[in-house]
Amino acid sequence: MPKRGALVRIRQPTRAPIALLALLFGCRQGHPPDASSAGPGASPSAAEAAGAAELPAELPTDDGQWRMVAKDYENRRFSGLDQITASNVAGLKVAWSFSTGIPKGHEAPPLVENDTMYVVTPFPNDAYAFDLRQPGSGPKWRYRPGPSAAAQGVACCDVVNRGAALWRGKLIYNLLDAHTVAVDTATGAEAWRTKLGDINRGESMTMAPLVVKGRVLVGNSGGEFGVRGWLTALDAATGAIDWRAYSTGSDADCRIGPEFLPFYPQDRGTDLGIHSWPPDKWKLGGATVWGFISYDPALDLLYYGTANPGVWNPDMRPGDNKWAAGVFARRPDGGHAVWYYQFSPHDLYDHDGINENVLVDLQLGGRWRKVLAHADRNGNFYVIDRERGEVLSATAFGAVNSNHGVDLRTGRLIEAGEKKPQQGRVVREVCPAAPGAKDWQPMAFSPKTGWFYIPHNNLCEDVETTEASYIAGTPYVGANVRYHAGPGGHRGVLTAWDPVAARAVWRVQEKFPAWSGALATAGGLVFYGNMEGWFKALDAKTGKLLWQFQTGSGVIGQPISYRGPDGKQYVAVFSGVGGWAGSVVSADLDTRDDTAGNGWGATMKELPARTGKGGTLFVFTLS
Amino acid sequence: VTGRGGIPSLSAVAALVLIASSAAGCGRETRNLHPAPAASDVNATLADAQENAYAMNEGKRLYDAFNCTGCHAHGGGAIGPALMDTSWIYGSKPDEVFATIVAGRPNGMPAFRARLVDAQIAQLVAYVRSMSGLTSRKWAPGRNDSLQIGPAENTRDRQPPRGPEVLRP
Repeated sequence: MPKRGALVRIRQPTRAPIALLALLFGCRQGHPPDASSAGPGASPSAAEAAGAAELPAELPTDDGQWRMVAKDYENRRFSGLDQITASNVAGLKVAWSFSTGIPKGHEAPPLVENDTMYVVTPFPNDAYAFDLRQPGSGPKWRYRPGPSAAAQGVACCDVVNRGAALWRGKLIYNLLDAHTVAVDTATGAEAWRTKLGDINRGESMTMAPLVVKGRVLVGNSGGEFGVRGWLTALDAATGAIDWRAYSTGSDADCRIGPEFLPFYPQDRGTDLGIHSWPPDKWKLGGATVWGFISYDPALDLLYYGTANPGVWNPDMRPGDNKWAAGVFARRPDGGHAVWYYQFSPHDLYDHDGINENVLVDLQLGGRWRKVLAHADRNGNFYVIDRERGEVLSATAFGAVNSNHGVDLRTGRLIEAGEKKPQQGRVVREVCPAAPGAKDWQPMAFSPKTGWFYIPHNNLCEDVETTEASYIAGTPYVGANVRYHAGPGGHRGVLTAWDPVAARAVWRVQEKFPAWSGALATAGGLVFYGNMEGWFKALDAKTGKLLWQFQTGSGVIGQPISYRGPDGKQYVAVFSGVGGWAGSVVSADLDTRDDTAGNGWGATMKELPARTGKGGTLFVFTLS
Repeated sequence: VTGRGGIPSLSAVAALVLIASSAAGCGRETRNLHPAPAASDVNATLADAQENAYAMNEGKRLYDAFNCTGCHAHGGGAIGPALMDTSWIYGSKPDEVFATIVAGRPNGMPAFRARLVDAQIAQLVAYVRSMSGLTSRKWAPGRNDSLQIGPAENTRDRQPPRGPEVLRP
């Protein structure tokens, strides 16, 4: 176990003492220490600031923009802005808002660059630009890509979209019908559109791309349709496909070569993406790539998780089912794999490994370690050496009875045998449920406190696995599931987590799953929303509720903060219930069926009475 | 069949009830084990399935085997709409549900015409309509072989169809 005493290092060693002092004494020297304030990234030139060059890896000081879904390559979701603080947040008011007119789940974050805000919507995947110098004056442009309507039939969990990327005057994002588009940020005209997958085989796209070294990195969705997962790199200028790395199949297909050296022996061997499956099952093996991607410019490594192995029923796919339910480190040039670690070998519960990997440096056992932090569906919070893939700690952050944590010697998850699903039997009280202790909802990291802020679930399930037949374009699941609240009776939690001590510092309970992203700010605040429509600000140190606003529909979006042209700090978020957990409302499900929404009927019965449908962008500032 | 004193004996009444009920249920379990791939009279095939317990139970089996469960759950809906409520986007009549399954619908419902014969689709139609109580309780399934997900089909009250709320394209 790592030694106690959390300290968080600003990445550039020469700056670390100042940052540490600031942390220790809470002193404020002009700008507070910002997670993205140091590091190898070059200072942005005027041309870069104008969007004419590639985004720098990290910004020397917080320029008040929000140019990637998670703000930085490290996926920290931390804003260095500090105008809005614990003492004045009570005066936060709506500056302006905008209705998208779409009654589906709004999971995307707004992006802000050069006094312009960009948002993308769920299906039909419209994009809007807003001139922030004229707040409330309506969109500057609207782009309507018109994806195929049939794509809605292969979107497992509402027709969401998780955000866009900005690169040299282009807004780049994925359409539900498995295309990636680039739109001119000045005019809203389409620059390119590339077909990545086939909806007739069940492939869709919902994730947010990341642009690294001129390449757009995108992955597919469809793990409930027997698709084969991949990460694909496109030329950001033209949309041409550069490389594709599959998550199942031969080493060549998975771009596994001489550079691949996983930390644990069970991940070493030839063509494990074939041999860890029954014959040919890898072709339907899922392991899709629908979560967030991180990038470490110093190590030149991409990090992303792979989803659940295809067909939920584990009896139909004996073996470790590589490379599903794990994390890959790859080179952006060529996509070659460097290491891999499997959170859930032979996943039993639809526990995708796609949850975001947040890159931080931590002092563990007296040594500074470059780690990635990952709160998995299986209920464990992992701290992993991001150079080599060694698990440094793994600790349950939610209610778990289906595993006993991780054997740190072998790296393997220790399963609790009595909760293993068996075909034709109902196994009850399995915790966490299929959506996991945490699903897609991205956590934030504050270098000021050194803690993670994890929006997550408190759900258990009854599960019965059944023989599933593969029919292309239809669900390939083989499980009947029914979720219910975990211990305590609440279904959601926001946990402040100390990654060094590996323990929760404080928790806030939510009636329904906390399905929105989190945002941490230098003003000492944590923002997130709940499914009843309340958008909230908490004290980052104590978890005390300081402010809340009822947005009218459940909040499942990713909040951001930026500095407006007027120099004021703003906070922005989509409201609009839906997503897997909210489909009871967004898809008008009938909760007399416990399994409605693939398991949510029983536990979300009250949600339709608590909130209504509809997407609205809210922008807040101090009055 | 009167006993002493003109009062019908209990056993005689029981026998009558038995005869009457078995006569009424004559077609209930009729099984057409060798249906033609394409029905010569689709409407007759559909009508027969609506009043046949065997057809509905076969429909229930096919509903799971052909992955209807994955999209519509056990009637509550998921990727696709709920089937146990009053809302019918493309119509609730047997021929309308039949057309939906055969040819698919534009917002994601796949076409199953290449995967099932007409008689099987008629069985699916009967089962789907039983989910919202549109068929008689006499024929609707009464139990699940799997996880109990809610009230059995033959205990559900009729949900009056509200007609198309979404315009057909």
